[in-house]
Amino acid sequence: MTEQIKSPLKDDQKAATSADEQFELIAAQAALDEERLPREQRNRLRALRRRERKAKYSVLRSLLKHLMIIAVASVMIYPLLWMVVSSLRPTDVIFREPGLFLQTFEWQNYSEGWNSLSHPFGHFMLNSAIVVLGSIIGNLVSCSMAAYAFARLEFRFKGLFFAIMLMTIMLPIHVIIVPQYIMFSQLGWVNTFLPLIVPKLLATDAFFIFLMVQFIRGIPRDIDEAARIDGAGHPRIFLQVILPLMIPALATTTIFTFIWTWSDFFSSLIYLTDPDMFTVPVALRAFVDATSESNWGSLFAMSIVTLLPVFIAFVLGQKFLVKGIATTGMK
Amino acid sequence: MSALGELSQLKRSSGRTKIKHKDNKAAYWFLLPWLIGLVAITIGPMFMSLYLSFTDYNLLQAPVWSGFENIERMMGDARLHNSLKVTFIYVLVGVPLQLALALGVALLLNRGMRGLAIYRSIFYLPSLLGSSVAIAVLWKQIFGTSGLVNQFLAMIGIQGPGWISDPNTALGTLILLNVWTFGSPMIIFLAALRQVPVMYYEASSIDGASRFRQFVTITLPMISPIIFFNLVLQVIGAFQSFTQAFIVSGGKGGPSDSTMFFTLYLYQQGFGRFDMGYASAIAWLLVVIVGAFTAVNFLASKYWVFYDD
Repeated sequence: MTEQIKSPLKDDQKAATSADEQFELIAAQAALDEERLPREQRNRLRALRRRERKAKYSVLRSLLKHLMIIAVASVMIYPLLWMVVSSLRPTDVIFREPGLFLQTFEWQNYSEGWNSLSHPFGHFMLNSAIVVLGSIIGNLVSCSMAAYAFARLEFRFKGLFFAIMLMTIMLPIHVIIVPQYIMFSQLGWVNTFLPLIVPKLLATDAFFIFLMVQFIRGIPRDIDEAARIDGAGHPRIFLQVILPLMIPALATTTIFTFIWTWSDFFSSLIYLTDPDMFTVPVALRAFVDATSESNWGSLFAMSIVTLLPVFIAFVLGQKFLVKGIATTGMK
Repeated sequence: MSALGELSQLKRSSGRTKIKHKDNKAAYWFLLPWLIGLVAITIGPMFMSLYLSFTDYNLLQAPVWSGFENIERMMGDARLHNSLKVTFIYVLVGVPLQLALALGVALLLNRGMRGLAIYRSIFYLPSLLGSSVAIAVLWKQIFGTSGLVNQFLAMIGIQGPGWISDPNTALGTLILLNVWTFGSPMIIFLAALRQVPVMYYEASSIDGASRFRQFVTITLPMISPIIFFNLVLQVIGAFQSFTQAFIVSGGKGGPSDSTMFFTLYLYQQGFGRFDMGYASAIAWLLVVIVGAFTAVNFLASKYWVFYDD
């Protein structure tokens, strides 16, 4: 298997060989001089020249590639940048200025937007924070427990349960929302945060179970075998051996839960109808409904405010997000 | 391996492992929260909604058995049929576009390049933000009559339509929004492309294969399981889209029902009119449709997905 020892750049190099012919004439001339050099030096010279040629072509190609990517990226990111800039513009300017240049800073968009509803926006952010915190704790505790069982324990119906768990990842939430609503409303939970938090305490976000199962499977079994020989039971192995080792998976779960719960509109729309209890997405929606077309500046300002925590989570947790997606492949 | 991969593997490996010792008791303790959730939050409500599908129920009085009335009503409900049409167009146009862009950009980013991490982040960011109300607000402005898009068009002397207020283009703006969130399938594609053994490319390039040919005969077959995986996930996700259509249309699915997604119609019936029986029937139609799509995907995958084992 000679292929295995070649470098990963090999095909780049190979693609350039068709162009090699153009260099052949020049090379032929140089070769005459080269023949007189000692073999060792000659080889080194040829290698050098080859590398130079390759570099020349790959610079051109990568320049083109960068240009293409930058073009796509700019189109994608432009609306976001424009929204940030527009949140600092008076509304009439928003409707005629597609550029990103700011002449004045309309900070009152933010202060006006902040106080435009029955409560200051901070109230809704606090509500969201409570729901997010509860959801994170719920997911971390319940999903890690279930994941430990699926990854490390042998029990009856394991295969069946595991299959069911995987299928619930793909189940549309709309199927269960009607009876769930009936159930929670009979419990008197409408306009409380319980319908948003309790399901997380019961590991209904099966996606995270799967993510953690994948992670635990990667931890060598010898480690828990050793603990077991030392007399540790499953609760101890879980708490003192596995949990500390699966911190990266817990971090991924935390960040995803944060971002998804913070933006989750559907559940809040259904369960929270009292403005006192509004989370950020429904508050923003109420603002959209209440505001006339003349107030886009404040609307953008508050939109930015609601996106900011997600953006911060994204910047801080990028590594975990990318890894989480790549291994389990969800939004 | 992905969740789908696991599911298809389960069948193959069943009966293979011999269980040495069982930890039933410990296992069920660990699984307890999940089991309660499964019964009380997921499976229980599923059966409950199946039952409600055959009743007339408005939350105030007890459900009244109505037999197949809801199903007959669904068959004659023109707005429901329209919402199906809208949703199908959204899924069948939006998902392939999104995946094509995801794969295209992933291919561009694949061969390690300077600034890869930055580019990847820029492309990924929209898929994190895309489902939020704030982005829907932004979309509403961008594609409004004097929104950003028309401001640019005006610069080259074109008077653009009110994209969102025109029934012919409103759905298109939502499809674009879905395409805009191609970042997460792109990251999955990137991870998959990394796994294709370099030696295949080397061997084929020695045989003189062009880049395009390598893409068709090596890359595509090798990543076909991941294309399939992305396809299934994005189709399921797209069928459930709700927030964007809700915000952009002010909760009405307009103009003239052109953005009336299936889920939006379900919401209107269930939580606007509290017609819980009919809403349950509609919800089950969604399950059947999503299930059928997924099944077709699985069956068709036998002909185009290549497993290298």
